[in-house]
Amino acid sequence: MLEIRNVYKTFSPGTINEKKALNGINLTLNDGDFVTVIGGNGAGKSTILNMICGVYPVDRGTILIDGVDVTKLPEYKRAKYLGRVFQDPMMGTAADMWIEENLALASRRGLRRGLGWAIKKSERKRYRELLAELDLGLEDRLSTKVGLLSGGQRQAITLLMATIRQPKLLMLDEHTAALDPKTAKKVLEITDKIVKEHGLTTLMVTHNMRDAIEYGNRLIMMHEGRIIVDVSGDDKKKLTVEDLLGMFERASGTEFASDRALLG
Amino acid sequence: MGALFNAMPGAVAQGIIWGIMAIGVYITFKILDMADLTVDGSFGTGGVVLVVCMTSGMNAFLALLLAFLAGCAAGLVTGILHTRFGIPAILAGILTQLALYSINLRILGGSANMPLSVKKFSLLLNLRNIPLAILVAGLFALFVIAALYWFFGTELGHALRATGANQAMARANGINTSTTKIIALILSNGIVALSGGLLAQYQGFADVNMGRGAIVIGLAAVIIGEVIFGKIFRNFALRLLAAVFGGIIYYLVLQIVLWAGLNANDLKLFSAIVVALFLGIPYWKGQIFARRIGRNAAADVKGGDGNA
Repeated sequence: MLEIRNVYKTFSPGTINEKKALNGINLTLNDGDFVTVIGGNGAGKSTILNMICGVYPVDRGTILIDGVDVTKLPEYKRAKYLGRVFQDPMMGTAADMWIEENLALASRRGLRRGLGWAIKKSERKRYRELLAELDLGLEDRLSTKVGLLSGGQRQAITLLMATIRQPKLLMLDEHTAALDPKTAKKVLEITDKIVKEHGLTTLMVTHNMRDAIEYGNRLIMMHEGRIIVDVSGDDKKKLTVEDLLGMFERASGTEFASDRALLG
Repeated sequence: MGALFNAMPGAVAQGIIWGIMAIGVYITFKILDMADLTVDGSFGTGGVVLVVCMTSGMNAFLALLLAFLAGCAAGLVTGILHTRFGIPAILAGILTQLALYSINLRILGGSANMPLSVKKFSLLLNLRNIPLAILVAGLFALFVIAALYWFFGTELGHALRATGANQAMARANGINTSTTKIIALILSNGIVALSGGLLAQYQGFADVNMGRGAIVIGLAAVIIGEVIFGKIFRNFALRLLAAVFGGIIYYLVLQIVLWAGLNANDLKLFSAIVVALFLGIPYWKGQIFARRIGRNAAADVKGGDGNA
């Protein structure tokens, strides 16, 4: 479904702030893989997601989605293949627009937008059903501005938007990091349910090792722009946080230094 | 006092015409969250195109259509400068505006202004018949509002709104934000030029400088309309109508201060001060509100200590 071949990215090259964010990444995701991505700050987790989405261009390498070379496509054209949820709950929705307007925008991802009505009656009914499934009481608030909702509600809506048109790839960039633990859990449960229901190929970046172990069928760990650990199947099911810390130390030669990853 | 009352209907007519211009400004300023200074040039472009077309014998409606299209072209240029040349929106607008000054002069064949006599041509509106002018300008305003109400309810219209509301989200949902910005600028400047064409008929001439300061008047109308009617006008069409009302109020206030003895040369200074104040009011309100919350929170803490 996704193939990343030898991708390099350096930010601010030739300056004092030069940062090698991706250092020859190779990664292949199979159909239906739910991959969790962990790693310390600056390991390149978010960068790899942004590269796939086309937020900025790669320096070298190729990115294929379902066999299509998207390396040179602009962000808005790749959106056709991708569903995205961001870390910042403000980023995935338009605060000034209604819930149904946001959903309608997302349901035309990858389609031509013409002069037909933005929301049709039949769609409204579907939105209500989808919102009811979230179990957040949003199904009767179609004409509420998204800006009035809580961070958790906004992330749930963004999840719905990312998957309302089946994406080839669902990209979750620490989408629960800005939420309180209880809300984060709820959003993760919704995520898991949606991913399983649609059999979505998913890439989920997280700071939380427990979440990385609990969810998905495959786990990769990044360090200094490289993938240093890649476990899947039964091996992944048996993982513990201690195992991960040990693996990190062996592979990187340093101690895992992110307090946030240890907590939780 | 009598002189003031006699001037009022004319102020209403002018206010509606500038209110249409304000609708154009609303698209860029409120929906796209961008201050587009092209309008200072494209308003005049609309005026001069209309006068040149009509003096060469064209029908008024057709001439207005051409004025609209000329404005659209100006918006397209700003849009390309902004999105394809990577020039900040304000500077892109200033560049187009500057270029339009020369272009407007060219359109008028080198002269700075050109009369459009109501006796020789069948104008849709003119200041000799102010009730009719109010009616015609009002109908145009309603037509523009209805058209935009429809447009912003379409898929493309939603894409424009999303671009203004959250660009990252718009792109993540497959919207080409460069294209939507260009479309918004085209539409906005087309409406501004249409309003310029109406004003040229109303005043019976076009002048290459007639759009100078137009952005400030447009902003004034948008902001006055929002401050006064924002609480009661929730619907999108009503919000656009509020901009037209804002234009009318602006011109009525202008008449009053002129009647009260303000030197006409000081009008632009007065306009700038009005806009600065109306832009400042919501900001100050927010600050006072934040301070009050801060104080209440502090009081709560103190109260808690007292009880303990």
